[in-house]
Amino acid sequence: MSTMLEVSGLTHQYGRGERAHVAVRDLTFTIEAGQLACIVGPSGCGKSTLLRCISGLIPATGGSVRLHGDEVSGVPDDLAVVFQDYSRSLFPWLTVAKNVEFPLRWQQVSKADRRRRAAEVLESVGLAGVGKKYPWQLSGGMQQRVSIARALVSRPALLLMDEPFASVDAQTRGELEDLTRRVQRDLGSTILLVTHDIDESVYLADRVLVLSKSPAAIVADLTIDLPAERDQITTRESEQFVSLRGEVARLLQSPQVQRTGETAPETPATAGSDAAHGAASADAADSATTDSAKAAAAEAVESPDETAASRS
Amino acid sequence: MSITTAAAKRGRILGSAAVTWLVFAAALLLWELIAIGADSVYFPRMTEIVATGADVLLSGPAWRLMLGDAVFDIVLPSLATALGAWALSALIGVALGTALGRSSWAMDYCGTLISFLRSVPPVTLMPAFMVMFGIGVQMEIAAIVFSTLWPIVLNTVDGVRSVDQVKTDTARSLGTPRRYWIGMIVLPAAMPKIFAGLRLSLSIAILLMVVAEIVGGSGIGLRLSTTQSTVQYPEMWFWVLLLGVLGYALNSALLAVERLVLGWQPTRGDDA
Amino acid sequence: MRTFAKGLTGLLGFFLLWEITVQAGVLPDYWVPPASEVATTFVELLGDREFLLGVVATLLAWLIALGVAIGIGVPAGLLLGSVPALQSASRALIEFLRPIPAVALIPLVMVTIGSGPDAKITLAVYAAVWPILFNTIYAFGEIDPVLLDSARATGANRRQALTWVALPHAAPFIFTGVRVAASIALIAVISVEYIAASEVGLGRYILEGGMNNGHLDQVMAGTVLAGLAGWAINSALVGSGKRLFRWADTEERATR
Ligand SMILES: Nc1ncnc2c1ncn2[C@@H]1O[C@H](COP(=O)(O)OP(=O)(O)O)[C@@H](O)[C@H]1O
Ligand SMILES: [Mg+2]
Repeated sequence: MSTMLEVSGLTHQYGRGERAHVAVRDLTFTIEAGQLACIVGPSGCGKSTLLRCISGLIPATGGSVRLHGDEVSGVPDDLAVVFQDYSRSLFPWLTVAKNVEFPLRWQQVSKADRRRRAAEVLESVGLAGVGKKYPWQLSGGMQQRVSIARALVSRPALLLMDEPFASVDAQTRGELEDLTRRVQRDLGSTILLVTHDIDESVYLADRVLVLSKSPAAIVADLTIDLPAERDQITTRESEQFVSLRGEVARLLQSPQVQRTGETAPETPATAGSDAAHGAASADAADSATTDSAKAAAAEAVESPDETAASRS
Repeated sequence: MSITTAAAKRGRILGSAAVTWLVFAAALLLWELIAIGADSVYFPRMTEIVATGADVLLSGPAWRLMLGDAVFDIVLPSLATALGAWALSALIGVALGTALGRSSWAMDYCGTLISFLRSVPPVTLMPAFMVMFGIGVQMEIAAIVFSTLWPIVLNTVDGVRSVDQVKTDTARSLGTPRRYWIGMIVLPAAMPKIFAGLRLSLSIAILLMVVAEIVGGSGIGLRLSTTQSTVQYPEMWFWVLLLGVLGYALNSALLAVERLVLGWQPTRGDDA
Repeated sequence: MRTFAKGLTGLLGFFLLWEITVQAGVLPDYWVPPASEVATTFVELLGDREFLLGVVATLLAWLIALGVAIGIGVPAGLLLGSVPALQSASRALIEFLRPIPAVALIPLVMVTIGSGPDAKITLAVYAAVWPILFNTIYAFGEIDPVLLDSARATGANRRQALTWVALPHAAPFIFTGVRVAASIALIAVISVEYIAASEVGLGRYILEGGMNNGHLDQVMAGTVLAGLAGWAINSALVGSGKRLFRWADTEERATR
C-alpha cells in the first residue's frame, strides 16, 4: 500500500502577536491509499483548521502536507472536500445536476460526458432522477448526498469530509455512513473524515486518530479491526464495537486531552449497546440545524430596504 | 408540493387577484361618483379622463393599430430614454459595485462618498446637467444615470459581500479557476440583491425621466406641464395616471424577468 | 485608521479630485465651478440670514411631512399587515399608485393647492409614505409564527403576544422604513421647491442660481448642502437605530 497523505509537523496559528491563537500544533501522521480514516476530537479543537490546511484552502503556518509525494500549496486537483454545512456548500442557483457537474467544467470534459458522469454518480449515491431539482427542494440528507456526489464526480484521490453528517437526523446519518463506506470500497478512494462523534468514528473507520483539545495534537492512533461488512444494528451491538468506542471515549476524557484545564465534556460514552446515535459525542450540542427553511428566513430579513420603494 | 395543494394555492391566488381588481374597479367607480358630486374642473370624471386618454393614444390610422402620434412622439421616446439610461446605469453600477465589493478596503473609503452622492437631490443638479450636456436627450440620460446608479452600486456591493466562506471554500476546493470566479460564483450569489437594486432604480428612472422632461421640455413631462398651464385638466390627469400604468407594467415586467433569472430561489412565489 | 476617518478621506478625496480636474481644465469651468469656489460660496451662505431662513423652512416642511407620513403609514401598515384580506384587496390599488412619481403630481397639486408650503408637504408625504407603509406591512406579515406560538405557550394572551413579541419584532423594520422615508421626504421637499418654484426654501435658492446663468457655484453649494443634510439625517438615524434595536440586525444590513 502506498502513502496517500503525509502530514508532518503541521502547525496553524490564527492571528499574530498578542491575539495569536494556535489551533493546530505540530501534527504528524500519514494516511495510506485506500484507507478510510477518521479524526475524532472535541468541538473547537482545530479539526476544521486541520482539514483546511490539508486541502490547501489556507496555508499552514508551519510544517508540510504532501499528497502522494507532492507538497500541497493551493488546492490540489485530485482532492475534494465535503463540508458540514451542505445548505451553504451547494450552489443554490444551480440545479442538482449542474452542481454535480461543476468541478468537471474545469477539466476538459465534454458536455455530454459531464452529464453522463453526473447522472452516474448521482445514481451511485441513490439520487437517480433528481438532477433537475434545485438543492432547496431536497431534504437535508439528500442535499448532503448531492455534495458527496459532487465531491466524487471528479474521482479524487483523496476525499476530505468535515463533520459531514453532523447536521442530519440520526436515521439519515446512518444511511449516509453506510453510503460512505460503500462508495469508498466501490471506488477504492481514500477518505479522511473528521467528526466529534465517537460512535460515528468507530463505525466508519478503518483507523481512528484521536485529537486532544485545542491546540490539536494526536493522542492516539487506533486501528479499527471490525469486519469490513458493517451493519448499523449488529455492528453497534458487537462487543468489539462497544469496547473500541469505550476506548476512544476514555482517551478523549484522559487528562492528556484535557490539558487546557477546561471543564470536562459531558459524559462521553453512555454505556449500553443500543444503536441510538449521538449518545456518545464529544460535543453533542455542535450539530447546528441548517435546513433551507432557516436560510430562507435569514434571507427574508434582508428585504426591508428593498420592499421599500425609494422615490420622491 | 403535491398537485392538490398547488392547485388550491393557484386557486387562492386567482381568487385574490380577482378581488384585487374588483377593488380597483370599485375605486375607479368611486372616483367617478365623487367627481360627479364635486363638479370641479380640477377633478374631472374618470370616464372623461379615460376618453381623453383614448383620444390621445388611439387617434392613429388602422395600419398603426390605431396608435396615435402621441404614442410615437411622446410615450415611446420617453420610455426609450428612461429604459436606455437605466440599462446603462445597470451596466456601470454592477461593474462598479462588483469591483468595490470585491476589494477589502475600497468601500471603507468610498462608502461615505456614495452615501453622500445618493443623498444629493438629483433634481437640483439639473442646471449643472443642462450646462454640461445642453437641453436634450443627453442631459436626460445623464440625470437618470446619476440618480439610479447609487442604489445599484450599493446593492451590488451588498450582494457581492454576501458570498459566504463555505461557498468560497467549496468553489476553491472544486478547482474553480480565478477567471470564472466572478461569473460563476460572485454574480449568481449577488443576483437577488442586484435585482432589488434594479427594481428600486427603475422607479427612480421613471421619476427622473419626468423631472428631466419637465425641466428640459420634452415627452411626457412636457405634456404634464403644458396641460396644466393650458387648463386641459382631463388630459393632465390622464398623463399622471398613465405614469402609474407604465410604472406598474415596467415593474411587473422586471419582476417576471427576476422570477425567471432567480427561479432557483426557495422563497419565490405569490409575494410579488 | 478608524472607519470614520477613512470615509472622510474618501469624501475629501472626491472634492480634491473635483478641484484638480476643473483647475487642470479636464472639466471646463463653465460646466462646473471648481470645488474651492463652491466651498467659498458655501461658507458665505452659512452666514447669510435669508438663506438660512430658507433652509429652516425646508427642514420644517420636511419634519412635518415625515411626521404626517409616519402618522398615515404606520397605522395603515398595521391594519393591512394584520388583516390579510384587506391587504390582498388593496394590492392592485397600491401597486398602481406607488409608481406614480410625486413630481408628476406637481402640476396637479399646483392647480389645487398652489405652490405654498402645503404643496411641498403634501407631495413629500405622498413620496415618503410608501416605504413606511411597505415596511410596516412586511414586518407584520413576516413574523415567525413559532415566535408568536412560543409567546402564547408562556401564557401570554393574544394582545400581550402582540405587544411584547410582534411589536418589538416589527419595530426595527418600521424604523428602517422611516429612515428611508426621511431621505426621500427631504429630496421630495427640495425637488418640489425647485420645480414648483416655491417662495422660499433651499430648492428655490438653487433654482435662482440656475436661472441667473453662470451662478453654478450657487447651485452646487446648495446641492452639496442638501446632500450633506440628507447624509447626516440618514447617518443619525442609522446610528440611533443601531442603539435602539440592538437585538436586530436589519439596520446593519439596510445601511449599505
Ligand atoms: N478564522 C479564524 N480566525 C481565528 N480563530 C479561528 C478561526 N477559525 C477557527 N478559529 C479558532 O480555532 C480553533 C479551532 O477551530 P476549528 O478548526 O473550527 O475547530 P473544530 O472544527 O474542531 O470545531 C477554535 O478555537 C476557533 O475559535
Ligand atoms: Mg469544525
